[in-house]
Amino acid sequence: MASIDLKGVRKVYQGNVTAIHALDLSIADGELVVLVGPSGCGKSTLLRMIAGLETITDGTISIGEDVVNKKEPAERDIAMVFQNYALYPHMSVRQNLEYGLKNRGTPRDEIDRRVNEAARILEITPFLDRKPRQLSGGQRQRVAMGRAIVRQPKAFLFDEPLSNLDAKLRGQMRIEIRRLQRSLKTTSVYVTHDQLEAMTLADRLVVMNGGRIEQVGKPIELYDKPASLFVAGFIGSPPMNLLPIAALQAIAGGTMPNLPTGTDIVGIRPDEVVVGSGEGIALSGTVELIEPVGGESHLYVRVEGLDQTLILVQQGRASVGEADKVDFVLPLAALHGFNKESGLRVD
Amino acid sequence: MVENRPWLTFLTHFVLICGVVIVVFPVYIALIASTHGPTALSSGMMPLLPGAELWNNVVQVLTEQRRGVAPFWLMAWNSLWMAIIITVGKIAISIISAYAIVYFRFPGRVLAFWLIFITLMLPVEVRIIPTFAVVANLGMLNSYAGLTIPLIASATATFLFRQFFMTIPDEMMEAARVDGAGPLKFFRDILLPLSRTNIAALCVILFIYGWMQYLWPLLVTTDPKYYTLMMGVKRMAAVADADPQWNTIMAAVVMAMLPPVLIVIFMQRLFVKGLVETEK
Repeated sequence: MASIDLKGVRKVYQGNVTAIHALDLSIADGELVVLVGPSGCGKSTLLRMIAGLETITDGTISIGEDVVNKKEPAERDIAMVFQNYALYPHMSVRQNLEYGLKNRGTPRDEIDRRVNEAARILEITPFLDRKPRQLSGGQRQRVAMGRAIVRQPKAFLFDEPLSNLDAKLRGQMRIEIRRLQRSLKTTSVYVTHDQLEAMTLADRLVVMNGGRIEQVGKPIELYDKPASLFVAGFIGSPPMNLLPIAALQAIAGGTMPNLPTGTDIVGIRPDEVVVGSGEGIALSGTVELIEPVGGESHLYVRVEGLDQTLILVQQGRASVGEADKVDFVLPLAALHGFNKESGLRVD
Repeated sequence: MVENRPWLTFLTHFVLICGVVIVVFPVYIALIASTHGPTALSSGMMPLLPGAELWNNVVQVLTEQRRGVAPFWLMAWNSLWMAIIITVGKIAISIISAYAIVYFRFPGRVLAFWLIFITLMLPVEVRIIPTFAVVANLGMLNSYAGLTIPLIASATATFLFRQFFMTIPDEMMEAARVDGAGPLKFFRDILLPLSRTNIAALCVILFIYGWMQYLWPLLVTTDPKYYTLMMGVKRMAAVADADPQWNTIMAAVVMAMLPPVLIVIFMQRLFVKGLVETEK
């Protein structure tokens, strides 16, 4: 177990493509940090740099007390879970679990003890003598996790481990990973593009965009106080409505709030919009589409004078139908202010 | 095709049957000829039904000593060695070179691949004179080394392994690296076992390739000790001042055909599996 420290880490690919711009990040011992961002944001590259599968152009990465820049993946004492599991197809599950330990010269009885222990925790004991191709996706996923656990490494690195599973299994495995990480207390870095997965798993969430960190913090902090337009749009589903203040001012009757200077875009979470009347900026529009999700309904509303559709969330069933007029209010307390040019939050 | 037209079915079968007859007929003639006595074939009328002399002909081939022809068992032994050395050598060299080309980044990697690939255009027949000169200057005439080494370099096998290695996901190699397997361990523990079926398929092709070599052994061997079966059969037919004994020659031909036929029959499954499916 160890902390992971990244100082001024940069990655420049051949042809001067910068994948990671001087990035600092400290991951505490036992913490589960999730790197999230759209594809191409550099999250996987960063993970692979920590693993030692990509070289580091600049800066230092240390695991525990050691700077590991020049170390081979095996010497870094980390374990990695891959998106496609990367199980060795010709080896049985047991051999898959053992392989890393054998290469390290672990004594036989210790190997057996650890493999049996990991198999018990992950409930894969009945499959130990099967080949990976005889297992289902979820079972393979468990074996891949088992391969990481038996090593008892300083850190787990997860590279989108659940993307190949169906939605239901993904939910189950998510809970399982969380529980496992809590009980083993192993420092973990988890890469995903699924913001729901990121929100629910993370002790701390790192939102990345274009090779830079946009914001780091507890998931709920990021949800409540997104530091930039990008984070505001990325975290939360359905995404936050981001409206230019000038257009809003032109169409909204009633009072405009006193927003801090520099604010030219306001954001509001779809579930904070109040359908009907009340305190705040009153608007009305036409419902274009209703998505009944079950417990709540998502309304896509077109407002005259705004060139984008607003998303409203109503608890339970929608009170209006498609093509109906709807009045709604943006409560002032729920507004987030942003500056368009810098892309940052204004408080 | 999804259409089901009787005349089309008839046509396809007709073409196929014609093809089979054209291919099989000479083999059938050889088989029939090997079962008749010496007079049956020299009479001018080729019998089309089997005779009763097969055993005698076989015994004669195995025991007879002729001038200018090595004993049958020695030639078979030479052919066998030649085929085995070529097979093992080709597979060993090409799997290693494919490994280098696919998994290592080194200057000239692409160039190396294309150089290997281009040699596909230069089979032994094309480069036979320079190759002979090299082998002669190295003093490898009349030796197993001379018979096999120039035939071992193989672009086909390298290419086949390269294609196979490229279908193995990169993560497999990365997982092995994280698991503490170095390049050699990865090769031995992961890549070799995964290539098993490919190696088996190549064994079949390459053994037959080695077994069938005619031109090259003809050039580099002058000592009957190193004659191979393919040249031996030819030499049996080239007798001076007498009619060739077609019955024994054909018996020798049939016996020379046996090993490749057996290999194909017994390794057919593996062969198809190796070329078609991959275990991933």
